Amino acid sequence: MSEITPAVVREHGLTAEEYQRVLDRLGRTPTLTELGVVSVMWSEHCSYKSSRLHLKKLPTKGPGILVGPGENAGIVDIGGGWAAAFKIESHNHPSYIEPFQGAATGVGGILRDIFTMGARPIAVLDSLRFGPLDDPENGARNRHILEGVVGGISHYGNCFGVPTVGGECLFDPGYSGNPLVNVFALGIFRHDQIFFGRATGVGNPVIYVGAKTGRDGIKGASMASEEFSADSEAKRPNVQVGDPFLEKLLLEACIEAMQTGAVLGIQDMGAAGLTCSTCEMGGRSGAGIEIDLKLVPQRETGMTPYEIMLSESQERMLLVAERGREAEVFAVFEKWGLDAAEIGTVTDDGLLRVNNHGETVAELQNSFLTDDAPLYDRPHTVPARSAPLDGPPVADVDSAQALDALRKLVGSADLCSKRWIWEQYDYQVRTNTTAGPGGDAAVVRVKEAGVSLAMALDGNSRYCALDPKAGAMLNVAESCRNLSVVGAQPLGATNNLNFGNPEKPEIMAQLVAAIEGIGEACSHFGAPITGGNVSLYNETLGKGINPTPVLGVVGLIPGMEAPPSSVFPAEGLTLLLLGGWMPGAEDALDRRFGSSQYARVVLGQTWGLPPALDLDFEKKVQDLTRSLVREGLVEAAHDLSDGGLAVAAAECSFGPAGMGASIAAPGDLPAVYALFHESPSRVLIAVRAETVERVQQEAAAAGVPAPVAGRTVAGFLELKVGDRTLIAAPIEGLYEAWDGALRRQLEGE
Amino acid sequence: MQALVHVTLKKTVLDPQGRAITAALNNLGHAGVAGVRQGKFFEIELADGVDPAAARDQVERIAREVLANPVIEEFTVDLQP
Amino acid sequence: MKFGVVIFPGSNCDHDALYALESNLGQEAVPIWHQSEDLQGCDAVVLPGGFSYGDYLRAGAIAHFSPVMKAVKRFADSDGLVIGICNGFQALTEAHLLPGALVRNANLHFVCKTVHLAAGTKDSPFTSHCPSTPLAIPVAHGEGRYHADAATLDELERADRIAFRYCDAEGKLTEAANPNGSARHIAGVLSEGRNVLGMMPHPERAADPVMGSTDGRCIFESMIGALSLAS
Repeated sequence: MSEITPAVVREHGLTAEEYQRVLDRLGRTPTLTELGVVSVMWSEHCSYKSSRLHLKKLPTKGPGILVGPGENAGIVDIGGGWAAAFKIESHNHPSYIEPFQGAATGVGGILRDIFTMGARPIAVLDSLRFGPLDDPENGARNRHILEGVVGGISHYGNCFGVPTVGGECLFDPGYSGNPLVNVFALGIFRHDQIFFGRATGVGNPVIYVGAKTGRDGIKGASMASEEFSADSEAKRPNVQVGDPFLEKLLLEACIEAMQTGAVLGIQDMGAAGLTCSTCEMGGRSGAGIEIDLKLVPQRETGMTPYEIMLSESQERMLLVAERGREAEVFAVFEKWGLDAAEIGTVTDDGLLRVNNHGETVAELQNSFLTDDAPLYDRPHTVPARSAPLDGPPVADVDSAQALDALRKLVGSADLCSKRWIWEQYDYQVRTNTTAGPGGDAAVVRVKEAGVSLAMALDGNSRYCALDPKAGAMLNVAESCRNLSVVGAQPLGATNNLNFGNPEKPEIMAQLVAAIEGIGEACSHFGAPITGGNVSLYNETLGKGINPTPVLGVVGLIPGMEAPPSSVFPAEGLTLLLLGGWMPGAEDALDRRFGSSQYARVVLGQTWGLPPALDLDFEKKVQDLTRSLVREGLVEAAHDLSDGGLAVAAAECSFGPAGMGASIAAPGDLPAVYALFHESPSRVLIAVRAETVERVQQEAAAAGVPAPVAGRTVAGFLELKVGDRTLIAAPIEGLYEAWDGALRRQLEGE
Repeated sequence: MQALVHVTLKKTVLDPQGRAITAALNNLGHAGVAGVRQGKFFEIELADGVDPAAARDQVERIAREVLANPVIEEFTVDLQP
Repeated sequence: MKFGVVIFPGSNCDHDALYALESNLGQEAVPIWHQSEDLQGCDAVVLPGGFSYGDYLRAGAIAHFSPVMKAVKRFADSDGLVIGICNGFQALTEAHLLPGALVRNANLHFVCKTVHLAAGTKDSPFTSHCPSTPLAIPVAHGEGRYHADAATLDELERADRIAFRYCDAEGKLTEAANPNGSARHIAGVLSEGRNVLGMMPHPERAADPVMGSTDGRCIFESMIGALSLAS
């Protein structure tokens, strides 16, 4: 047996204090296998040791929440006896090392989290961050990463047969050495079909199903908890390879096996593989699990107990069946051509006991690995920020400058069309997608329950870098606003917190502030957090990413009709701006303009603060929008966000009908603010002329300004501020700047 | 005995993968690369003591009927002792 | 009419075909497991989209060795109506029930979008009810570029066996309208007996108004019409 030296302990990412805890608890030196098991379970990735304390402050309860954090996925009630399970996970580090497989297995992992609970996955969304594609130094590499990640998501999701219905993709130099790949999945099932990852019933068999175990991704979980260094490139062998075909079979077989009634508990083998699934299943129920590694199906010969326990081979599940009914379970897996093997039993001693050919190679208390994992109250000071509070004086724009700015903005990396990406995803399979990629929120109908579910994934690290708490609140507000424009009421949310090194107090402070902001805003909008993921140490060569919380919000729409379009469908519709021209205009407009896309893209600078957000007012706007949509009064709806009014109006004009708009804003503010300020709580809607009065009455009753902004016109976009016409251009040229920008960067002309 | 089977797209069939690799190699400065064709490679382990001539017949049939699609692909078979 | 929808391991548009036939077109539709050689007395067989057997080796290649394909071949040989959609088209060419092959898209990317199709002929049990205006029907595939040698293509044209061609919204065969680089814009072909159709686009995704287009219905309606005449 290898000797456990301080160097070996360090290599496993355990601190001296953590190792001392192991020695104290065991009263002996751990075996190498035990050290490996402890190190992955106590890694940041599995234990949330830096964030757990703060995550507890998030709102997790609500009338529709059936299962909150702590399980493989959160579950919300969607009515009619049906429920939805959803969660977001990151696969950032693996996607940097091997973009295609890293992203593919990220999709595979989150899908297993969903169907391990008994739900059939019906939608996937992705939130992606890359370094600039035109960066002189890293552009080629960034393009390679983007193409690989998109290819991997496409490969896995398409083959598995789940539609990838939406998401977002943004760029910043901070992601050059550390891309973010956050994958959200949602599945549906009946309330009586919910399964948990719990080992129950002493003497019941523990059954391993799915792919054979190989040396894939060993120590992947501890890798995800380290900063990147140049030699990460050499870690390539650690990356797992995914097999979406096998996963599809596993889905069908697991759901069929669950229907036999012989399955008592089930959990997927994700990060930390067999280790995590055994001790978590035991830990949740207080039971013990004893397994024999010689019974584990293996792909390679000569694997050590350490390797088998820590392998991250994909497409594997662990389940506990009722003793005496194993045959029913085995029959299902045989039908689907999958390996299934009894590898152990449930015990009553609360221990994870691992035997190998008659020798006990690990014996650890399950709770010691899970609930009693280290918990740190890391010091946090003032959130790191590098941008100045005050920027240059912002010059107003004339008409040539305004049009030029708009063209630059719609063709910029963050705002341009992501069609090049999402056309590679099958967003329609299962024929439920009533609003697919490219809109504010994705909507899928649930035929079984007669309702629709809306999903939006949003992150805004530009705002969070300037003020993580306010930025996070704006994030939540935008996600919920995106649901409102399709008529959905938020049910619950999941979050993926992508941050730098929490051992740096100014980074930890970003995390703490963002969690506070998410908590406050989620409570306000009635979207409790049902679970999520924390990805820390997103740094390369000591330089961290901007704080990037990503929110995934799920909302309910009664009925199964397609929601209003996010583009103008016809000529002659009246445009109303719900929320008014510039809510919060009295509050430090120039400072807050420093966080805008205009400042970044056109002026090449970032400064100041995120836009001012009034949560109460925002909620009024959202409630009004939702009820107008549900009453069928809205022909098209799009919220104002990045790039402000001008960009929103342009985006609404990029539909297949080629319908543009003529919009006139009041002249009491400088035109540059009227057009490009990102003040939140605004939704542009198109309504039929005969319903304008009714809509405005409802708006007045709700206490929301709803000025007439203009009307839709064919093929042309016109924006006036006061008596000046600032933008007047055919849609076609703007469309080409927007639609082709990403393709031009990736494929050249 | 081992049979090595290479399957490639016929010359008359556009091979976009090969074309993309050629372009990438040229961009990387490998100016001498005039073309790349991408294919598949199979290693077939044969039972000990099989007759080489019979084995070749069998592997060629496997290649023709299963491993390659004659509409678009061609193949070569190598027998290794 | 009774439609059988074959389920291979890795099929993933099977539910969509069953749903479209039952709920949108009001027909009886039953799943047929790949291990079965019993077509359950179906009037027509659908080979759905997906990634049968993971599309390992070649798309649709392994599917054609399955027991159900023996039954499908017999059914086709006795003039039964068989429609292969996407992966089903790939399986039909691998099984030599249709000529040619489907290879990697010219731009190497999977593509999911709504395209326009021009019906190349009205003379088939799949296209008789199709209008002469272009149909808006989605594609979703990575290996959908139709390939056949020139003689085969000429023969397909001569025998009026090209069921669908990719076109633009006005019906023009422009290069931009061809989503995968298919030879002569071919999106679907008929067998010599005209009772087997393979097509890359997904008519079952264009059968329900809520999905944005119902242009795929005419293909199933043609089949239902042909079967009613025959019975």
